[in-house]
Formats: sequence, C-alpha cells, structure tokens
Amino acid sequence: MINIEKREEFDIEIDKTVGKPFINDAKFSTRNVDVFYGEKQAIFDANIDIGKNQIIAMIGSSGCGKSTFLRCLNRMNDTIQDCHISGDIRLDDEDIYQKQQDPVLLRARVGMVFQKPNPFPKSIYDNVAYGAKLHGLASSKIELDELVEKSLIRAGLFKEVKDSLHKPGTSLSGGQQQRLCIARTIAIDPEVILMDEPTSALDPIATAVIEELMIDLSKKYTIAIVTHSMQQAARVSQRTAYFHLGYVVEVNDTNIVFTNPEHQLTENYITGRFG
Amino acid sequence: MISNTKKIKNKLAKRYAKEKRFQIYGLSAIAISIAFLLSLLINISTTGFPAFQQTYINIDVDIDSKLLNLDGKYSEKALFSANYRKVVNQSLKTLFPGVNGRKQKKALRQLISKSARYQLRDFVINNPDVIDTKQSLWFLARDDVDVFMKGGIDRSLPESDRRLKNFQLAWIDRLLAENRLEKRFNINFFTQGDSREPEQAGIKGAMIGSFLTMLVTMFLSFPIGVSAAIYLEEFAPKNNRWVDIIEININNLAAVPSIVFGLLGLAVFIGFFGIPRSIPLIGGLVLTLMTLPTIIISSRAALKAVSPSIREAALGLGASRVQTTFHHVVPAAMPGILTGTIIGMAQALGETAPLLMIGMVAFIADVPQSIADPSTVLPVQIYLWSDSPERAFTERTSAAIMVLLGLLIVMNLLAVIMRRKFEKKR
Repeated sequence: MINIEKREEFDIEIDKTVGKPFINDAKFSTRNVDVFYGEKQAIFDANIDIGKNQIIAMIGSSGCGKSTFLRCLNRMNDTIQDCHISGDIRLDDEDIYQKQQDPVLLRARVGMVFQKPNPFPKSIYDNVAYGAKLHGLASSKIELDELVEKSLIRAGLFKEVKDSLHKPGTSLSGGQQQRLCIARTIAIDPEVILMDEPTSALDPIATAVIEELMIDLSKKYTIAIVTHSMQQAARVSQRTAYFHLGYVVEVNDTNIVFTNPEHQLTENYITGRFG
Repeated sequence: MISNTKKIKNKLAKRYAKEKRFQIYGLSAIAISIAFLLSLLINISTTGFPAFQQTYINIDVDIDSKLLNLDGKYSEKALFSANYRKVVNQSLKTLFPGVNGRKQKKALRQLISKSARYQLRDFVINNPDVIDTKQSLWFLARDDVDVFMKGGIDRSLPESDRRLKNFQLAWIDRLLAENRLEKRFNINFFTQGDSREPEQAGIKGAMIGSFLTMLVTMFLSFPIGVSAAIYLEEFAPKNNRWVDIIEININNLAAVPSIVFGLLGLAVFIGFFGIPRSIPLIGGLVLTLMTLPTIIISSRAALKAVSPSIREAALGLGASRVQTTFHHVVPAAMPGILTGTIIGMAQALGETAPLLMIGMVAFIADVPQSIADPSTVLPVQIYLWSDSPERAFTERTSAAIMVLLGLLIVMNLLAVIMRRKFEKKR
C-alpha cells in the first residue's frame, strides 16, 4: 500500500519552496544550499530563514536531509569526509563558510544537542564546566561553580542532582542525561541551539520536561529542532519546515503548516498518508 | 499430509544431537589444551623447584695467618690478596685425614664450591680478628653434591655410571652423619649474576638486564606507538593512498618473524649508528621495533571503539580536534591502549631470537648497572643455561622459566587490573 503511494509521490513536482521561507531580521539565513556526500546529493537548493528567539521545527521522513541541513548550521559536517557544501549560510549576516570563519568559534555561538544523550564519561559538574573551561569563560573557581549551578537550574536539572554533582554524568537517567547535555550547551551561552531529535530516545514524561524547557529557552535563544514527532513540532515551534528527499518543500508558521498546508506532499505527510 | 509441527518434531532430535556433538568437540578441545598446559607446568615446576634450594657444607676452618701468607701485614689490601684457597683446602684435609692420590685429593677439594675462598675472604676482611682462630663456617656445596642431596644421583647405579664415586659418597655420608650438610633456600639464585659454576649461578643479572631492556622499550614504544595510532586514527586523511600504504605495512610488520628485527637492529643500530652490542639500550631499541606494530594496532582498535557521540559532543561544544582527542577520546581509549601496551611488553619480555642477533647472548657474569652495561635478559639466560650439560643447570633453567612465567603472569594481571581501574573511573 505504502509503496504504491510512495511511487505516486515522486510524480509530484517540487519546484520551489512554498509558504513563507523568508522573514525579516533573520538570525540564520540560508540561500541555495546544496550538500553532497561524495557523489550523492543530500540537499537540493535549500532556502530558509530562521528567526531570532524562535523555535523552528524541521520535519520529514528519515533520510530527507533535515539532520544534514541542521549540521550545516554549525559546520558539524566538516568532520565528515567527502561532504561538500555550496551556497550561502549566514549567521547575523556573516557567511559562516567563509575562509576567516573559525569553526571552533562558530560552534561556541551555535550549540548542539544530539539525538542520543551523550554526556562525557565525567562527573556532572565537569560535564557542564567543560565548555566554559575550554573557552575560558570563568575566571575563578567560584565563578565556575556559579555558572554550573546557573546552567543546571536553567536546564531544570539542578534540584535532582545538586547533591551528586560529582557523580558520573552517565549514571543519570536518559531524560536527565539529555537535560545535562542541554545544560552543558547553554553553559557556554550560545546564540543558537540546534537540537537533532532531542527526545527520540526518551519516554513521554522526559519528553514533556524537555519540551517545556525548549519553550522556556526560546525566550533567550534561537532554536532549530529536528523531530519525527509532528505533535512535538506543533507543540513547541513557531515555524515549521517540511523536508522531502533533500528538498525543502514548505516553510511556514507552524499552525498554517499543520492546518492549511499549501503543498500536496506536506499535506500527505502531516495527515499520515506518507512517511 | 504431515503438519509443520510434526515435521519440526521429527527433526528436533537430530538438531539436539548436533548441538550436543558440537559441545563435546569444544569441551574436549579445551580439555586437551588444559592437559598440555598442565603437563608443561608440572614438568617445569618439578624440574625447577629443587633449584630454589641449595646445599651448604659446614667446615671447621683454621684461619692460620701463615697459611694465608700474610707476613704480619693486616692491611685491607694484604687481606684481599691473601691465600684463602690454601686455608680452605687445608681445612678439608683436616676434616678428612688420610686422603691420598691426586685424583682423590682433587675430588676432596671439589666437595665445596670455588666460591668458598671468596666467601672466606669477605668474612675475614669484615672481621679481621678471626685470624688465627678456628671458625665453623658454612660454604656452598659443589653442584654434584647438591644434586646428590636433592636425589638427582642414584646410589644403586654402577660406580662407573655415576658422577660421584664410592669414596665421595662415603665422604658425603660422613658429613651427613655429622650434620655438616644442610639444604637452605637458594638466595644466591636471586642475588647473583651468571656463573660457569652452577651453584653460584643466579638470575639477578638477567633480571636486571630484562628490566632495563623493558624500561627502554616502554619509554620508546609507548609514546611512539600511541602517537602514531592517534595520528592515524584521528587526524590522518581517510581514503588516502599513503595512509593506506602505511596501514598495510604496519599490519604486515606485526607478522614479521622477530629474528628479522634482530638483523635489522644489527645492521642499523650496531652497524650504522655504532651502538655497542650486548647492552640493554640496543636490546630495548630492537624490541621497540618489534612491539610498535602491536601497540599501534591495539591502540587504533581502542580509539576506533570510542563512541563517535563523544567526539560529536566535544566538537559541538567548540572543542578543537586536538582538544576533542586528548580530553575525551584518548582517556576513553586508555584501558584498551594500556592493555595492548602491556601485552606488547609481555611479548617483548619473552623474546629471545632478535636479542641473539645483537649480542645479548654473551656470557656476562656481572649485574648490569645501567642501560649501557653489557647484559643479558631472562629468556636468553634460559637459552644459555639450557645449553649447559650440568644437571644443576637443568634445574636452574626450569627455575628461571618459572620466574619468567611468574613475571608474565604479573604483567598480564597488571593489564587486567589497570583496565578494571580505568573502566571504573569512567
């Protein structure tokens, strides 16, 4: 059944991203971005703006390029051999792929939370303090202690771990580990946080906690989240981008995408007929 | 028509029989290998255990200043060069009066070790007031007496087939009756260097030589091997022809017969660089060449096993590649790296062939003091002793093997403990 329908999908033309991909005063703006893994093209001509202090959700079926796109935004794809990126990606109107751009500095400004919680095999304290130590953000031990505490409080984890700051981060539960990773990311006070399916490995309660946290964080940070859960996208994001086979099909305000999608493919996806 | 359940049922007995057969094959394979291992260990320990005991002979020594040829001089120099041999021989003659004939006299002198005169010398130098007194002293017994005491010579054999003749046995019987023979723990085995006389031969020289050689090997092969592994695994471009060639060559080097490394060391280190032969430095250099591939391969495997999510986490926080590697990847891989290194070192500790090529097979009686002193190593010492015909050397060969095996077991245990400790820390 699904296969037959899928084949029909290929016939639908994707010319140009529909909806409202461009906005004023964008934090991130991407133009004509193509990404290749060796010979294989993973992203075709992506044009999206990401607004300041907004959450943008990227949805789409597996392998549609949404994670690849996300990883272009902090140049995590640099570490992958054979990955080539062309086009223009600007953070605050500065080309992040220009020669003078230092990827280390970029990643301090654009933090990332990964699909699988990946705390370092160190203590909870050291996990949070690592980035600050790395970039020399705290000048004294007291300052560092304060920073760790503040970050854990903002990630909503402090109450649970305040008596066990020197236990290994890996001893926490999955949801706590993910919040620890978020605390670790906000400890270096980035401008943008990228989240690659941050709740896909978590149970619904932990997911709800993280979603609340995301909404709270969006007051201060710009957040881009990749998710497989359309409910999650609907719950947390202001704008939604739908990816299909490497194309950005539709970008618009979340409520419009989910209630009145412009493109046939988007409608198929959100109504569950495909993907 | 037969139902599926029945079909499966029919085959079931056969399937279980097959499983059982396979288990029996596996168990018998393990049993056979354990049997071989046990017979080896039992053989070595039954041969080697006697070497940890040594027979001593008690003699009343008349330390006569005339016999010592002192001429009234008692300086340390005079005491050092005095004629202790005469004193010892005279004491033996007094103990067994009426020994006639050259052959018997010689046999009498050979009851005790040649080291007796040096032992007496040291005793007199340390206590000069014993001169011109009678002292009851214990000396090392000659190897034949020692072997007899440990039951290595059968009295019932015809005299011509025995190392000890009837008159010698009579002496030994008298000594035994007078409680002048005693077996003690063989401390010499651990405190002396090699010797031509088995009763004086010990493994200290070889052990220190092995230790110094291992020290050189470790200080060279660990940093070089681990850095090479880190570079190849973390920084070298993937799918690069040169990197591939290097990788293939490292894997091939691990399979090169070790004697080839000895030849290489002979040609390069001794022939070209002119490093003196037989010293722990050159041994360590050659063994470094030999252990490098092992360390590189195991370190790379350990680095590869570190979860990529750790790398991503660090990079995502803005750590550079070097920081990511040294803050997170290398610590996480450390248990594996250390295990590989210790196994490589254990391999090097037991290596003989390459060291034969670079002159560590020489007879060296002195205990080496530094990495530039001539020395030998434990496995080569074992090889040297196994070549000696004396019965007492046979047991010392086995005893040295026991010591070597003990060291290897300790090293492997260390590897296990270190891995546990590092894993707990994470």
